[in-house]
Amino acid sequence: MRLALWAALAAWLLVLDDAPARAQEGEEPVAPYVQSDANAGATPIDDPAVLAAFNGRDGINRIVDRTVDLSLEDPQLGPIFQPFDMVRLRRTLKEQFCYLLGGGCTYTGRDMSASHADMGVQTRDFNLLVQHLRTAMREEGVSNRMQNRFLAVLAPMHRDVVQR
Amino acid sequence: MVFGGKLPLTRGVTSIEGSTGGGLSTWALVAGNETEDGVGASAFVTRVPLSDYDFSAYGVAIGFFDRVELSLAHQEFDTGATGAALGLAEGFTFEQDIVGLKLRVLGDAVYAQDSWLPQVAVGVQYKHAEHDWLLAALGAEDDEGFDVYVSATKVVLDQSLILNATVRGTRANQFGLLGHGGDQDDEYHAEIELSAAYMVTDRLIVGAEYRTRPDNLGFAEEERGYDVFAAYALTENLTLVGGYVDLGSIATFDDQDGAYLSLQIGF
Repeated sequence: MRLALWAALAAWLLVLDDAPARAQEGEEPVAPYVQSDANAGATPIDDPAVLAAFNGRDGINRIVDRTVDLSLEDPQLGPIFQPFDMVRLRRTLKEQFCYLLGGGCTYTGRDMSASHADMGVQTRDFNLLVQHLRTAMREEGVSNRMQNRFLAVLAPMHRDVVQR
Repeated sequence: MVFGGKLPLTRGVTSIEGSTGGGLSTWALVAGNETEDGVGASAFVTRVPLSDYDFSAYGVAIGFFDRVELSLAHQEFDTGATGAALGLAEGFTFEQDIVGLKLRVLGDAVYAQDSWLPQVAVGVQYKHAEHDWLLAALGAEDDEGFDVYVSATKVVLDQSLILNATVRGTRANQFGLLGHGGDQDDEYHAEIELSAAYMVTDRLIVGAEYRTRPDNLGFAEEERGYDVFAAYALTENLTLVGGYVDLGSIATFDDQDGAYLSLQIGF
């Protein structure tokens, strides 16, 4: 009985240990958590036309970098982002978008509730980020209809991202 | 201008009765640019030059925490040269004031994209028309009355659509400009308002609306109304709406239609 408990605990710790192992050069350590694609917070879009509209993984990476850049420059959003690890944010956001757009990536970040727990994001901040994401998608040449299909997947995350 | 919080056009525009909606119909959205964290406001002016009349409306609305909307609107219906033909003075103008109160009761039109549940609001509009002596002579029972309604609105982002359905209990004649109830019918009726709009970009939507109306007065038939419109968010705060509306027969003059223009400002 005691042995089984220890075995379970060891297995648990192994799973947790997996998370920081994927961290990229330049990232700050985060508290251990269970890795899962479910942390991405939505079911991926299973339509190659959408992935193509985003110009695949390269396009997604450009969109994420531009969205983060615009957010950091934003007088309202910048101070909210500033204290956090932007290297990690860019990596996990790229993974998340790639996973949700059917790009075949694995999401290694935390779930939406945990990753936003200390940010104090309000609805107007959430919407500002959407505006910057729209700008980035437009600059990448993503049509409005395809933008909206992706935003439809992201919109329900408002529930977990915005702090009551 | 400081970003109020709502995404462009997710606050809708202002209907001719002062409540947030499309042009002809009331929607479940709440006025102003503010989210659940603030108090927003909007103002509008709409001009509808019809075949034989000039219709105009203006008003203000306050949205409290994206939950409650209080609206005030004034409508003028200028009979112009038609006034003389109706046996009134040339340029005779029917007028009314509308006070609206709307409460969002459940659902979320914008964020809950993983659910079919629309945003639902209930509301009441108190309407008080001028010239009670004339309205009585035309067969209207009252110069004031209440409309009550239930609205359901959903942004279907996956399809780039905004859909709305409203059921309105009303006795209003020509939106209330010709009073409430009449010699032909004095009962409350359930009328419907349907709207569908396509989001061309995040700043431009095009749509159509259809609205049924009571037919209470014996002297003149009242018909359904419909419109097609385009709404363009010029800035975060300013929205321009242009469209074509057909209100059918008004006070014995048939086929009242025309282009209309509306300007909305929201904070």
